[in-house]
Amino acid sequence: MIPGKPVDVDDRDGIGGGTERQEALRAEVREEARRELESHALPAREEGAATVELRDVWLSFGDHEVLRGISFDVRRGETLCILGGSGVGKSTILRLILRLLTPSRGEVLIEGRDIASVSRDDVLELRERMGMVFQGSALFDSLTVFDNVAFPLYEHTAKSEDEVLDRVCEVLSFVDLDPDEVLDLLPAELSGGMRKRVAIARAIVHEPPILLFDEPTSGLDPITTRTIDGLIQKLRRELAVCAVVVTHDIKSASRIATEAALLRDGGIIFKGTPEDMFAVEEPYVQSFLG
Amino acid sequence: MAQASASRSAARLTRDALLGAALSVQEYFALLGRLLRGCVTRPFYRRDVVQQMDTVGVASLFIVVLTGLFTGMVLALQSAVEMKQFGATIYIGRLVGASTIRELGPVLTALMVTGRAGSGMAAALGAMKVTEQVDALRTMGVDPIRKLVVPRFVAAVLMLPILTVLADLIAILGGLLIALLKLHLSADLYMRSVYTTLADNGFVLRYLPVDLIQGLAKPIAFGALMALTSCFYGLRASGGTEGVGRATTQAVVTTSILVLATDYFLTQVLIVLLIE
Repeated sequence: MIPGKPVDVDDRDGIGGGTERQEALRAEVREEARRELESHALPAREEGAATVELRDVWLSFGDHEVLRGISFDVRRGETLCILGGSGVGKSTILRLILRLLTPSRGEVLIEGRDIASVSRDDVLELRERMGMVFQGSALFDSLTVFDNVAFPLYEHTAKSEDEVLDRVCEVLSFVDLDPDEVLDLLPAELSGGMRKRVAIARAIVHEPPILLFDEPTSGLDPITTRTIDGLIQKLRRELAVCAVVVTHDIKSASRIATEAALLRDGGIIFKGTPEDMFAVEEPYVQSFLG
Repeated sequence: MAQASASRSAARLTRDALLGAALSVQEYFALLGRLLRGCVTRPFYRRDVVQQMDTVGVASLFIVVLTGLFTGMVLALQSAVEMKQFGATIYIGRLVGASTIRELGPVLTALMVTGRAGSGMAAALGAMKVTEQVDALRTMGVDPIRKLVVPRFVAAVLMLPILTVLADLIAILGGLLIALLKLHLSADLYMRSVYTTLADNGFVLRYLPVDLIQGLAKPIAFGALMALTSCFYGLRASGGTEGVGRATTQAVVTTSILVLATDYFLTQVLIVLLIE
């Protein structure tokens, strides 16, 4: 990785100080490393720079209040994990962000735009800014892996067949799948972990700045879970995506989250870094963390 | 006291049921509206249309041929018994021709294709719905109505008339088979009698027999009904695999009833328009 670079050079040279030329070389390498680090660094948190923001969102179905005053914001390079038991409205929040639902009260802002003001025709354009990984992967079972991953490209870009193939292979490699092996398989022929990876590949193929995950690790074994967690971390580090992950897997959340929010009875009862959450003494938080 | 609350809750149940039914009808027509809009505005999914034409049309060929064949044969057989008494067996062609082209061809084809392709539409869309594939389409900026419903609708509206004409032809040939083998009529006599029945009700634009227009207008309407109803129930499916099964049953039952009811009203309208 980048932070180690200047030291590596020193070691290779085998000297601490040295000639002017070496000094200049070291300075050059340091400068390069600094630039590289900067380009990967998170943008400073400024007011109004949130990519996904919920402001006092309420949602009810009939008499049933699902969400009561949810507020949070997530920026590029951040991963928010929304934790909570079953049926507390975690997935509902994702559906709100995707504008598959609209809130009864409050605002959902995507890159500063209030989704309530987006017309039905523009909503498709809004959704192109997002990639979603569904709990059951939701791959199209009549299409091969290639067609599944290429789907957003065929829909929204004018790329040639070759460009599409290149891009599909690129993202499949990114999620650690061998394109030659999986391209022509149908979703039914894949294991659960592979399906999930294909689903992630499909979600990122058109390079959306926002990624949403619904229970990305549910139903997976511990090893595959760690691989998927690793992928989500890699996405944040390398592509600086803004990710919202809904999960009840506390271990996986502590690995991937830059911020965690715990949901109970339609409200957020804790928000902060995963480390902070473990320090909270509130009984429900503690019982949830086990 | 208890009685009063019981009657109140019964009233509420009735009200909820009526409200639910009204909402469903509203959704049904909303789907029709969005679907018609999808038929005339971009984007179009031509490849899906062709694929659906294959599923609805080509895959239904065999059952449609069988339906037509046996319908024609049984019509000839039944009417022969009656007509023999009056020595009127030469009119068998008229009877077979008129009843197949006007009624049995369109209706039986629609019912058979509903059982085969309509159920398939409801099941496919239902399965996509419960496994979140429909949501996945929407999140990828694709309108599921345009991508899934419009191609099925267009395919059904195009293919059902073709299948019906095929069923009509096979039925008339089935009748011919019986006329030749059992009644020992000549093929010429039989076909002449089929033709006179077509000419009976007159022609539109000189060459198009009114009966044929009737026989083609119906399958267009039935195809539209089948696709719309099947997709409607498919997209409403919820509750896992059981929900998909329920949606499929509802789609087939509702479409069948709608086909039979529409047939009556459409016949009435067409008679007024074309014959009177």
